[in-house]
Amino acid sequence: MLKANKQIISALQLKAEEIRKIVLDIVFSSKSGHIGGSLSSVDVETALYFHVMNIDPKNPQLEGRDRFILSKGHSVEALYAVLSTAGFFDKELLKTYGQFNSKLAGHPTKKIPGVELNSGALGHGLSVGVGLAIAAKMDEKAYQTYVLMGDGEQGEGSIYEAAMSGSHYKLDNLVAIIDRNKLQISGKTEDVMSLEPMRERWEAFGWEVIDIDGNNMQEIVETFENMDHHNAKPKLLISHTIKGCGVAYMEKVAKWHHGVPTEEQYNEAIAEIDERIKNLKSQL
Amino acid sequence: MSTENKNTIPCRKMFTDTLVELAKKDKNIVAVTTDARGSVTLDSFANELPDQFVELGIAEQNAVGVAAGLASAGKKTFVCGPACFYVARSLEQVKVDVAYSANPVKILGVSGGVSYGALGFSHHSLHDIAVLRTFPGMHIVLPCDIYQTQKLVEELIDYPHPVYIRVGRNAVPNVYENVNCEYKIGKANLLLDGDDLTIIGTGETVYHCLEAGKRLHAQGIKARVIDMHTLKPFDKEIVEKAARETGKIITVEEHSTFGGLGGAVAEIVSQSCPVSMRILGIPDENSIHATPLQIFKHYGIDADGIFDTAISFCK
Repeated sequence: MLKANKQIISALQLKAEEIRKIVLDIVFSSKSGHIGGSLSSVDVETALYFHVMNIDPKNPQLEGRDRFILSKGHSVEALYAVLSTAGFFDKELLKTYGQFNSKLAGHPTKKIPGVELNSGALGHGLSVGVGLAIAAKMDEKAYQTYVLMGDGEQGEGSIYEAAMSGSHYKLDNLVAIIDRNKLQISGKTEDVMSLEPMRERWEAFGWEVIDIDGNNMQEIVETFENMDHHNAKPKLLISHTIKGCGVAYMEKVAKWHHGVPTEEQYNEAIAEIDERIKNLKSQL
Repeated sequence: MSTENKNTIPCRKMFTDTLVELAKKDKNIVAVTTDARGSVTLDSFANELPDQFVELGIAEQNAVGVAAGLASAGKKTFVCGPACFYVARSLEQVKVDVAYSANPVKILGVSGGVSYGALGFSHHSLHDIAVLRTFPGMHIVLPCDIYQTQKLVEELIDYPHPVYIRVGRNAVPNVYENVNCEYKIGKANLLLDGDDLTIIGTGETVYHCLEAGKRLHAQGIKARVIDMHTLKPFDKEIVEKAARETGKIITVEEHSTFGGLGGAVAEIVSQSCPVSMRILGIPDENSIHATPLQIFKHYGIDADGIFDTAISFCK
């Protein structure tokens, strides 16, 4: 990937804000969805799809493409918004989200171009990512595999089976990301089930752990650009984020895990994002 | 048909021996296991083809997920281990990562049914057919002898669907004479013709069904015997024809009497050609621990038990 300059970072920030608006549209119009975790992970997904990954929206099965697995499948609104913005499918389809027989279910399916795995059951994505990364090593292919997990998802024991195998097979072509927004459906992650010390746990499993501000585009992009994919270690990004990031009244409030805004709240959120978009456009 | 008990090769060994030979010619064939290379008889695969072999330790959930990832990347993936664990511990991975995601993983469940005999109920897999039948896209096969197993492996390599294969632990008598036997996934085999009743078996019970069928013929009861090696997709036609032409059906399975072969046959005949049935298998109880043959005898799914059921059924 090309090194991002200030202009590219601003463009990615703008893209992320436009994607936030699409996420809001999907949730508001369908009256369903998981908005909090979608908004927290938008920036990382935007960086991956619009700067980092080798993909071709016109050829979703591109040989040697980088793989992205949304293990926290409930945050699908962000993925749909990203994929449609990237051109994997027509944005018109978004209007059918969750409707009778729509291709767009509440968790990702391979019916949608660009989706690599039907997900939704938590704790599955990293194992599938390990399989993809082992296959790449076997075939001496250069593609990277990115797996985005939730922090609440870290309660699933299968993740640690996958973690063991990732370091055992020295999968430096595998990047796991934890969207560390510190909230899950019942409240604070540390109240539900302690996940700390997260860094030390993963380091003990033999992973290279990188803490980042997952809502800071500059930091996200620099982290991916500087990642060493040849050091025999799988990577874990602890992506420190804010649940509901970008909509002030949703931020750090557990009920927005799967809340649906009223019309007034929707308009307020859109106005807030539009203000940021205006500022970003003035910088470009 | 040869029914002499001369075979000394377990089906799992035939499966892996065939697989290793095919894998030598195709580097995309990959075997995945969970500290079960001995149980599965994958040692030669691991030793001869280390670059196509993935050991994951005792972690079935991860193994099935990894297998799905390998298949997603184009690898012809066989994940191999004890049936009792793959269709219980890792069931959600089979459901979501393999079946729902249409990753054409081949799941080899070895030592299925009551193969582990004396190890007890934790190691018996008597629910696998019932559960996996309900997963859309999942195919299920239970070969009955080494020849059929060999043919099956050849068909599986490029088979585009996820498949669960259950084989036993011990060598069992051959049903077929050689590897040139008819075999096609989804198409059951008629082993013995007759029109007084039909006996349908799957996997290791097929031999016992055939033995019972021969004894019945000797007694003047013309039993039809069918090898239902594929539980899904199910050969509906052969069952409907048997129901129409023989009027009575006995199913015999090394599985719970709920939701397996008997259930599948009953679902068909009850809706298209109702006939009286006897469903032989393991009843709703924790199966006893003993040798597999003792367990077969205890539950009446050996040749003697099937014969006795048939005699009373025909009275």
